[in-house]
Amino acid sequence: MDIDAFAARLRAEIGADRVLTDRQQLRTYECDGLAHYKVIPAVVVLARSEEHVVATVRACAREEIPFVARGSGTGLSGGALPHADGVLIVTSQLREVVELRPEDERAVVQPGVINLNVTKAATPYGYYYAPDPSSQQICSIGGNVAENSGGAHCLKYGFTTNHVTGLRVVTPDGEVVQLGGLAPDTPGYDLLGAFVGSEGTLGIATEVTVRLTRLPETVRTLLAAFASTDQAGAATSAIIAAGVVPAAIEMMDALSIEAAEAAVHCDYPAGAGAVLIVELDGPAAEVAAQFDEVTRICDDAGAFATRVAADDAERQLIWRGRKSAFAAVGRISPDYIVQDGVIPRTALPEVLRRIGEVADQHGVRVANVFHAGDGNLHPLVLFDDAVPGEAERAEKVSGAILDLCIEHGGSITGEHGVGVDKARYMPRMFSDTDLETMHLVRCAFDPDNLANPGKVFPTPRLCGERPGRRQGAFEHEGAEVF
Amino acid sequence: MPVLDDLAVAAGDDDVVGGVPARLVAAPASTEEAAALVAASAGLAVVIRGGGTKVQQGPPPRELDLIIDTRRLTGVVEHAAGDLITVVRAGTPMSELHALPAQQLALDAPPGATAGGTVAANAGGPRRLRYGTARDLLIGITVIRPDGLVTRAGGKVVKNVAGYDLGKLYTGSFGTLGLITECVFRLHPEPAATSFVRAYAAPGHAARILAAQVAPSALEVYAAPGADPEVAVLLEGTAAGVRERAATVAALLGGDVTAEPPPWWGVPPPGDLTLQLTGVLSQVPALVATAVGAGATVTGSAGAGVLHAGFDTGSGSAAGSGSAAGSGSAGSGPAARSGSAGCGDPHGRVELIRAAALRAGGHAVVRTAPPGLRDTLDMWGPVPGLALMRRVKERFDPAHRFAPGRFVGGI
Repeated sequence: MDIDAFAARLRAEIGADRVLTDRQQLRTYECDGLAHYKVIPAVVVLARSEEHVVATVRACAREEIPFVARGSGTGLSGGALPHADGVLIVTSQLREVVELRPEDERAVVQPGVINLNVTKAATPYGYYYAPDPSSQQICSIGGNVAENSGGAHCLKYGFTTNHVTGLRVVTPDGEVVQLGGLAPDTPGYDLLGAFVGSEGTLGIATEVTVRLTRLPETVRTLLAAFASTDQAGAATSAIIAAGVVPAAIEMMDALSIEAAEAAVHCDYPAGAGAVLIVELDGPAAEVAAQFDEVTRICDDAGAFATRVAADDAERQLIWRGRKSAFAAVGRISPDYIVQDGVIPRTALPEVLRRIGEVADQHGVRVANVFHAGDGNLHPLVLFDDAVPGEAERAEKVSGAILDLCIEHGGSITGEHGVGVDKARYMPRMFSDTDLETMHLVRCAFDPDNLANPGKVFPTPRLCGERPGRRQGAFEHEGAEVF
Repeated sequence: MPVLDDLAVAAGDDDVVGGVPARLVAAPASTEEAAALVAASAGLAVVIRGGGTKVQQGPPPRELDLIIDTRRLTGVVEHAAGDLITVVRAGTPMSELHALPAQQLALDAPPGATAGGTVAANAGGPRRLRYGTARDLLIGITVIRPDGLVTRAGGKVVKNVAGYDLGKLYTGSFGTLGLITECVFRLHPEPAATSFVRAYAAPGHAARILAAQVAPSALEVYAAPGADPEVAVLLEGTAAGVRERAATVAALLGGDVTAEPPPWWGVPPPGDLTLQLTGVLSQVPALVATAVGAGATVTGSAGAGVLHAGFDTGSGSAAGSGSAAGSGSAGSGPAARSGSAGCGDPHGRVELIRAAALRAGGHAVVRTAPPGLRDTLDMWGPVPGLALMRRVKERFDPAHRFAPGRFVGGI
């Protein structure tokens, strides 16, 4: 069946306005948050109900057409990059909070619900949704599930996977399956745990049951300025060694402070080689004692200025610098790569030094912004695409940073996912058997390799069954890379 | 098969799983040896045993040739205190991990339990309210697949989304997908102070604690036929903070601050038939009431919505059935008061309790039951996603030789 006939049949089934094939309209969806990969999909489906998703996936399964799910499209690894011969299923219009059960510490939401809106819905009852990716004002819960999103506060509270207890999933053969539920410890394999973070390769979530967390009684935020990242790193280690588990410990280096200052005038102490943002939350009695300890540790580590947020407005100001950092870097450099690697927290000083050396070697500037508490680095590799060779040099530095992470026993991605961008790095972190084992799960869910092919796995793999059937293997060399 | 000849010895009288005797027992001492053993045992039906604290749970294996004993796979490979992680071999006793210098693996486990067994059973205890279960604290894992290949997932850093989170799939898979040889865990600092609050109070009072700003590490209930129900709370933190929060909790519950937990804390309820019950938090009181009405003793987390119920079936085999209740201290203390309120056919009682759990949005899974009963009881109740689970099992263990029949739906 050609794609026009396929689209026509789908229109008849779920409504003409749900199915896009006009090239100009399709272009809107050609990339996600990682905008230098662009692929125009053959068809876009704007799902408004689970039935729409089921009908589309079933049609894809029948015709062996690959499909890619997309939420708000804010992902930073190209996980929602469309397939040129496939269907992009957009879930952002499935945006109903189905059930709010504060007494059970649960909410049931559709996948297109914006992350922050779960918190907004729960706040009047004294609860919130803990995972808080920086994009939380626009990213969707469905995308969070696909990517196992983190955020600044996952140091204490964990990731999406620790806050999702149930999913309704449309599997790649178009069946609707319930994984997990309202209560914990559902009998059988933890397929919910395997699904969260599978980047759309195991199916599409159509309903998500999330855990709601009690709003803390107190939140206190400290900004500490240091002469160097080494000092700030030492302070971070000392806080952890003291047995304190802050809600967040964030670090910015001189270059990212400069960028943030220029962009949002966050008024960080002048001359800082690094700043730490440390946030403590919980019962007032606990926070008071720990806050004094953290302040003392920062002083001992050489902080030349500390600032305590007196109220919510001051707290927002401290955070504004950190949260604006990625965008702010755009002001000091025409182009940049956002890297996302993880190292053991204790390796921080060593790895930062090595990053500096690699950057110098290649004549590239790197601004460092990161979740210091859990060793999740976000180096921003700056370059000017208009200068011949700079993009290649930046790409080299970016790759070398990942090698540093692996060398130190870390990970190639802490929260942005593998997607299309890092699939080629997977063999540096995992053996062929490790990848093949992941693929066993893929084959159990999607033997025809139709769900988001070309993502996560470095090379197309077959499931070794159903001979004679096309496997829909996707070569992303077809993607235009800008 | 020289590896098998070298490592395996004839099974002894105790090498029995759910009444099914094994022929051979082998205890590999390294991941490499374990991989060679698994490869060499192709064609044999295998059950993995750690400390043996849970090996009698669940249905018996359909077949059993070889028990792989993990208790020589021991030792803390690495404790990176600054990174709050540890790498341990699967047979390492949990007690060692509860007492690392200034840090701990915050997973409650019965005496004798191993790290690998705790992961394989996704076990947890009262402190799961704050720290979660094995699924939340495991960050990396090494597994020997049924085909003998060594595979790893996750890593040594807490924050990591590279590839599928297979650690979660292995967690709670009860040895049906392969042999766990090494685990990497997230650790937590040893709290500076801890305190308990105990009260005679109905389970419904737990909601007051959840609504208050006291951040409990555990919130447990106890109820039994003919006994006054109890609520107990664990608080951890700074000395000053714990003192203040404990006083708040004591006032809310009308209870006493104590240094020690009640005797039923974290102990499986007595009885030769035990179940794990789950449900949404608001339905915990109703679930407890139904179970107690059916003659069961109930303990468990009112904060997490995970309870344990136990009753005697009167089949006369309680002492010898090797049930969880037969070990440890469950036979003493106030919990021993139950059992006499037994009422009617155990099938009916299980169904009654299960119906309440399903109404509460949860499940009721029979953990232990006397041999005669086990064959006719539905141990699991409804299992959403079972067809997909079968497909996963089929991919990992196409010969169905790892713990055959021990898991949901006969997997």
